[in-house]
Amino acid sequence: MNSLDPFLIILQGLLRGAGITAVVTFSALALGLALGFALSLFRQFSPSKLLHGLIDVYVEFFRNIPALSHLFILYFGLASLGFRLSSMGAAILGLGLIGAAVTCDIFRSGFKSLSPGQTEAALATGFTPLQTIFTILTPQAMRIALPSLGNFAVQLLKDTSVVSAIAAPEIMFYARSMVTSSFQTTLIYATAAGLYLVMSLPLMQAVRMLEIRYGRVK
Amino acid sequence: MINFFQPYAEYGGEWLPVLLDAMLKTTLLSISAFALAVVFGLLLWFCQASSAPSLRHFASLYVTVVRGVPLLAVLFLLYFGLPGIGVTFDAFTAAMLGLALCFAAQVAEVFRAGMMAIPKGQREAALAVGFTPGQCFAFIILPQVVRVVLSPMIVTFVSLLKDSSLASLITVDELVLTGRAMATEYFLPLQIYIAVGLCYFLVAWPFSLLSRRLAVR
Amino acid sequence: MTALLSVTGLRKSYGSVEVLKGIDFEVKAGEKIALIGPSGSGKSTCLRCMNFLEKPSAGDIRLDGERVGVRPGGRGDSERIMSDRQLAPQRAQMGMVFQLFHLWPHLSVLENVAIAARKVRRLSAVEARDLAMEMLAKVHMSHRASASPLELSGGQQQRVAIARALSQKPKLMLFDEPTSALDPELVHEVLKVIEELAAEGRTMLLVTHEIAFARDVADRVMFLDGGVIVEEGLARDVITTPREPRTQAFLKQIRH
Repeated sequence: MNSLDPFLIILQGLLRGAGITAVVTFSALALGLALGFALSLFRQFSPSKLLHGLIDVYVEFFRNIPALSHLFILYFGLASLGFRLSSMGAAILGLGLIGAAVTCDIFRSGFKSLSPGQTEAALATGFTPLQTIFTILTPQAMRIALPSLGNFAVQLLKDTSVVSAIAAPEIMFYARSMVTSSFQTTLIYATAAGLYLVMSLPLMQAVRMLEIRYGRVK
Repeated sequence: MINFFQPYAEYGGEWLPVLLDAMLKTTLLSISAFALAVVFGLLLWFCQASSAPSLRHFASLYVTVVRGVPLLAVLFLLYFGLPGIGVTFDAFTAAMLGLALCFAAQVAEVFRAGMMAIPKGQREAALAVGFTPGQCFAFIILPQVVRVVLSPMIVTFVSLLKDSSLASLITVDELVLTGRAMATEYFLPLQIYIAVGLCYFLVAWPFSLLSRRLAVR
Repeated sequence: MTALLSVTGLRKSYGSVEVLKGIDFEVKAGEKIALIGPSGSGKSTCLRCMNFLEKPSAGDIRLDGERVGVRPGGRGDSERIMSDRQLAPQRAQMGMVFQLFHLWPHLSVLENVAIAARKVRRLSAVEARDLAMEMLAKVHMSHRASASPLELSGGQQQRVAIARALSQKPKLMLFDEPTSALDPELVHEVLKVIEELAAEGRTMLLVTHEIAFARDVADRVMFLDGGVIVEEGLARDVITTPREPRTQAFLKQIRH
């Protein structure tokens, strides 16, 4: 018996969850980005005060309540009404809806940091308002938002660990299930932590590069 | 709709004191963890700003690890993992420690960014009147950093408050765990988890509003 | 009379770029000297070397005979540049006025002027306050003592910054383009204050673009270009009848 064996067995066990961690991260990221971007457009450019109010309520609601609480409402709460979501479905929907509130704020601060002169110049050049938004403002806002979006992605990857609480079979879920069958808890959780770190590092590196490229770091 | 609200009318009186109690626990956990996070964070910030390379390397390694590892893994490691090597914490202490260790990195980052927001001329003007670097920091830089940092620190606190919900998974009887117990008892998960969510909202939202009001520009 | 400030062999490089290529000059007590020259000539760098906000690469700066910023080496020990902490008492003897004022926004106008007296010169709170009020009166800012610097116009901020420097009771005043960042209509009020200080017989070293002001207020003018002093002499002579072609070209350009 090799002394590395217990570690390899643990790692193998945890890796079964890595795929689901990745799937939940990417799906929630996609949902969060798409919905958050749409919300930010309406919040920033629609003239409707009512819509602004609704979006503000949405954002405040999702940003001031823990993910775990949202997940329990979606998974356990809705089931009691007869809407039975799979644990994966609830995980992606929950993290995606929260993500939308976060990215809505990120995109908005991107839009808000553009000078009004940008809009004026575009309109003066003869662009329609929609053309102005999509061809002139959005690319600039995106660029400003990129580093924050990257940080959001790193945070999201880590936050997927929470969905083990509604039995979505990702890394932490397997870590917890192995613990019940073995006493090597220290090693198991340390390995799980390491596995997340290894998955986050490339993302964090990408964020760093974005920050350097777009001038947040001197 | 009547069906949905009816349990609140029926059991509200029983739930309220239990939830308030749990809310208190959540708030207590969050405040003590935050206080500790500020202490760790300031130490980390000093390490980052230190002229000793070993301290700077330690700080950057620490930040990288904490940014890459989920809080939940840290909590499990502290509470379930460390007894395996002979270190035992009670659940509340483990939660407080885990939250503080993770949020220290954010606190340090907030202070670093706050420091960078102070124009270089402020320090130069202070040195020019004859302040020592220590006086310059104490009288000129720090008071301004504190102002800049106030709003993002409150944002950090709100994040910590939300993340304190993970303490439920290591058996701290705060809001979420209390909610789970109630949900099993009453078979009303939707109503109860919504009530739990609202409890968090009631604590977190005022801070969020305050942070926006205090935001520098 | 011996010089209050004497500078010999001052050099400053950033990497491989040499900005100051050996500057020598003296300032006698009570003398007002204007440093003029095109942007990039090194005149601000030169001024900032006087109190070591910029560390010179070589050279010897003496204030009242005392070597600034460098501790003499012991036997076998080479001389060493002082830390900011060790520099503090020397810097306290020179008042500096910056282009961008650099008032401290978390303090009131009065506190901006009083804090150095209180913490560096260790005056009592009452003494520091009285001194600050006196200095504010000199720059005609007494009426805004309790205001925040952020509420003031640029010209007012610069006058407060001058009062702050005066509160140090400095042997020498350093002005680094004090009116360059001001709107044209605010320049006059600041120049007027500086002129009044000059009339009190203070020793001043002034980097400026205000040629007419330099001519009227300074005793001597030094024209810096390419990191060297190209021409120096009585203010009126250098500015009205420059000898060097480079000085002539610069002055001609600036008048149009």
